[in-house]
Amino acid sequence: MSRAAALRAWLIADTPLSRRQARLGRLYLQWLTFRHNWLAVAGLAVSLLLALIAIAAPLLATHDPSAQNLDIRLQPPGATHWLGTDELGRDIYSRIVHGSRITLGMVVAVVVLVAPFGLVVGCAAGYVGGWFDRIVMRVTDIFMAFPRLILALAFVAALGPGIENGVIAIALTAWPAYARIARAETLAIRGSDFIAAARLQGASALRLIFAHVAPLCLSSLIVRVTLDMSGIILTAAGLGFLGLGAVPPSPEWGAMISTGRRFILEQWWVATMPGIAIFVASLGFNLLGDGLRDVLDPKQT
Amino acid sequence: MPRSRFGALAGWLVTLPLTLFGLLLVTFLIGRVMPIDPVIAVVGDRAPADVYARARLELGLDRPLYEQFFRYCSAILSGQFGRSVMTSRPVLEDIARFFPATLELATLATILGVALGVPAGVLAAVRQGSKTDQAIRFLTLIGHSVPIFVLGLVGLLVFYAKLDLVPGPGRINVAFDDIVTPVTGMLLIDSALQGEWEVFRDAVGHILLPAGVLAYFSLAYIARMTRAFMLEQLRQEYVTTARVKGMSERRVIWRHAFGNIAVPLITVIALSYAGLLEGSVLTETIFSWPGLGQYLTISLLNADMNAVLGATLVVGAVYLGLNLLCDLLYRVVDPRTR
Repeated sequence: MSRAAALRAWLIADTPLSRRQARLGRLYLQWLTFRHNWLAVAGLAVSLLLALIAIAAPLLATHDPSAQNLDIRLQPPGATHWLGTDELGRDIYSRIVHGSRITLGMVVAVVVLVAPFGLVVGCAAGYVGGWFDRIVMRVTDIFMAFPRLILALAFVAALGPGIENGVIAIALTAWPAYARIARAETLAIRGSDFIAAARLQGASALRLIFAHVAPLCLSSLIVRVTLDMSGIILTAAGLGFLGLGAVPPSPEWGAMISTGRRFILEQWWVATMPGIAIFVASLGFNLLGDGLRDVLDPKQT
Repeated sequence: MPRSRFGALAGWLVTLPLTLFGLLLVTFLIGRVMPIDPVIAVVGDRAPADVYARARLELGLDRPLYEQFFRYCSAILSGQFGRSVMTSRPVLEDIARFFPATLELATLATILGVALGVPAGVLAAVRQGSKTDQAIRFLTLIGHSVPIFVLGLVGLLVFYAKLDLVPGPGRINVAFDDIVTPVTGMLLIDSALQGEWEVFRDAVGHILLPAGVLAYFSLAYIARMTRAFMLEQLRQEYVTTARVKGMSERRVIWRHAFGNIAVPLITVIALSYAGLLEGSVLTETIFSWPGLGQYLTISLLNADMNAVLGATLVVGAVYLGLNLLCDLLYRVVDPRTR
């Protein structure tokens, strides 16, 4: 038996000998399902590529993203400037490559702020129940009833434009969805025998929530996070476009479109290229999220 | 079950003021956290100390926070939104001027979105897995991924600059300005009522592209949800029963299955309508559409806080109202939620 076949047999064994083997085996089976959905695989590829581009941006960029040269302003796409140049003669390709860092950075920052918070709040509300649950749900109701972009606009107006304020504004409107999901999952598993068993063994409420309930909410949360990422990208770009997110010299995609807008009729590439970048990034996360949902959360499709 | 219906209504009546209270609290806090000193905004930064202190007293900024919040609430509830620094008119008057344009745009977009999105969603569900289904799913996926302002710009580039099919940005040709006296504030309705058909035609030309762009987003959402709802219904046994009884496929789909998704579908449509009010912020910027969204962004860039908070409050209240109305509809009309 070759090594690959042996590994496969080990992964799909009916009677896994260790916890690790069972976990890896389940992951392998999920991957087999995921692989059949070519759109989801494409989404995964785009998302990974985006992450790679953001990490290796200085290596991939052909020019300095902020180097101005008025002699070559508004050049069409060509051999030296692959996607053309903007109104200050900056290389659009290099700016988009560097801009991926800002966009992905904002997405990661929002998710890191929001997902753990939502998870803990939701699990606690679902597990504790009673008035605590009612108050938390009412608060999420209020935040979810807000128009996201408008609330973000008002926050940025008060705090001043900038990437950090944009992230805070988006995070404030994003967390309730995670809390809701975690709460729904918690309610579904709260009455399970294994929870009762753990409680009888003397596990504290904190231990039950963090060690037994929260891990089981993770898969629906991951699906939601992935689908949400495209929304975060679009909101961040919208803020940048309105001049309220990242401020102009920085190569944020939305801000690039906002300056390129003035030349849209003659020099279409200045605004269109970052637009395509936003579209591809957001589509990638959407496809990946759809695929993950089919694998991790079959009841929702 | 009249009892539980009453219960649903009571729960809703508690939620409504609570959520409105939350909205007021958030806008109040936004107004408080801003780094600009509201006193300096009024008296200027060279005012002598006694003027500054008097203005601070007049604005009530020496009072405790809860009292300030209480004053803020009573001012808003009696319709005093303050004065806009930019237009030097009361904010409420400004909003009354700009809101109809947004409403007109969002309404037309929703009508288009429903007219196209619902049949598309039903079609995709009925032919699940076919080429048609895949095409519709793909189109809706693009609608979820493309930024609305990019689509607007590309639309202007293609239909206005290259093909010259529609007039450029704006709501009406300057030549037609002030011909129609505003009654509802919605140009299409006003011009039709007053028989100014040339104005009407020009207004239709101007609204077509922005409404089309917005409609695509509402279409994508509505079609996707319709498809999901229909798939769920078509799996049910009553559908099989109806088919076995020899009922025509058309009757099975439209009368039996579709009849059951009507209530959730109305919710989806109302939510997308509310969403368009928000989407209009970006669309109005692209198309220089003189609506509430543009008012909001221009006030933002001029740090005109009264106007920003007023507009946020109004959009928030409309959004909230639609949200809660759907919730009520769901609870009262749909017996399955009881």
